[in-house]
Amino acid sequence: MPWIDACSTDDIDEEDLIRWDHAGQTFAIYHSPDGAFFATAGLCTHENVHLCDGLVMGNLIECPKHNGQFDYRTGEAMRAPVCVNLRTFPVKVEGDRVFVEVA
Amino acid sequence: MGKRDYSLFGPDAKRAVDSGLTAAEWYHTEVPRKVMKDLMARSDAPAIRDTIILYGSMILFAGIGIALWPSLWSAPFWLAYGVLYGSASDSRWHECGHGTAFKTPWMNNVVYQIASFMIMRNAATWRWSHARHHSETYFVGRDPEIAVMRPPEVAKLILNFFGILDVIAFVPRLLRNAISGPTPEERTYVPQSEWDKVQHVAFVHVSIYAATIALAVWLGSILPLMVIGLPRMYGAWHHVMTGLLQHGGLADNVIDHRLNSRTVYMNPVSRFIYWNMNYHVEHHMFPMVPYHALPRLHEVIKADLPPPNRSIAEAFREMWPAIKRQVMNEDYFVRRDLPPTAKPYREDFHRYVPGMMPPAAAE
Repeated sequence: MPWIDACSTDDIDEEDLIRWDHAGQTFAIYHSPDGAFFATAGLCTHENVHLCDGLVMGNLIECPKHNGQFDYRTGEAMRAPVCVNLRTFPVKVEGDRVFVEVA
Repeated sequence: MGKRDYSLFGPDAKRAVDSGLTAAEWYHTEVPRKVMKDLMARSDAPAIRDTIILYGSMILFAGIGIALWPSLWSAPFWLAYGVLYGSASDSRWHECGHGTAFKTPWMNNVVYQIASFMIMRNAATWRWSHARHHSETYFVGRDPEIAVMRPPEVAKLILNFFGILDVIAFVPRLLRNAISGPTPEERTYVPQSEWDKVQHVAFVHVSIYAATIALAVWLGSILPLMVIGLPRMYGAWHHVMTGLLQHGGLADNVIDHRLNSRTVYMNPVSRFIYWNMNYHVEHHMFPMVPYHALPRLHEVIKADLPPPNRSIAEAFREMWPAIKRQVMNEDYFVRRDLPPTAKPYREDFHRYVPGMMPPAAAE
């Protein structure tokens, strides 16, 4: 699977996320409070709302529309109305660049 | 558009899906990310303070009411208790259902369960109906929480100021949920994984009401029901009053909350009871902003919104004539002017369903 250069580490504040679109797919890339980076599918599994407008709280991302929550490290659905887990993607950091392994 | 069919299985529901209305993207005022992050930030302190005031006041008023019972001197205390039980529970149910009132999840859940019981809503069902309300606000046939259906039945609206129709609808539904789980309509928006919870919650509620009625019979007095159950009726007026203002008389089948929701400046007591949901355009546009941050959000985006109504009375003066006109003309709605600083309404956003929202229908 190809590793794609997605963004700079400075593009995302700690405890925040950005939207990243690639090859017709939309992703969310997270910068956790402890400095790690993660990537998930960009749309909520409940009603396809972009997660990039949501709120990162610790290791959770809250959907901006219905307040459903996922653990963005594992994709696990943590709070209704989301029931279906979020797809996650491997991330690596080289220098100041964040790479996502896109399936 | 003509005759509306509000059934979740009806032709309007199908048309809303087939036309693309349900998949369309809602209009949002642009807010810088850093500002929005600050507004979305969670805190326990405001909701803990308000919950202590709420439940403390309820205990105080009910205690005095019981002490003075059956004297008429107890009446003012029951009225105060009733509004907190039968109206403040609506806003607590709402805000805790969103999970934004408290930072700590279990606090949201505890207050949500208590409020759901008091407002006579199944905690496991209504969480989902409200999600639909936010996805498809006032889409005919899709939104299960439309308070003023067209043509409006004014007598029913007035009866509900005393919770009469709500309670009449609630009791058989509660029993049915307790016996067999969600109804067929509820199953359209409640995932199957949650159906057992619906039944469990209904069983708990039935048990509490049964115990209360048994105590009333044993005492030979309605006093237990004055504390549990009846305040949902004699205290409902405030949440119905504020609830009607949320969307009453405004557009349906549109994807711009500035057209279908109303922000109203209110007195501090009503704002406490209503938990700032008077900022209703703001709440629908950004539902992840907690109630205590809505006044700040209002200041940030008000240049892009229609001017708010200045008081509850002024809002009723706008809404009530519109509701009366809708009795004869279902397509009529109030269309508020935007300030020059606002982005205009995009008419092309609102013609997803052929024949809906003809310009002549709006004023």
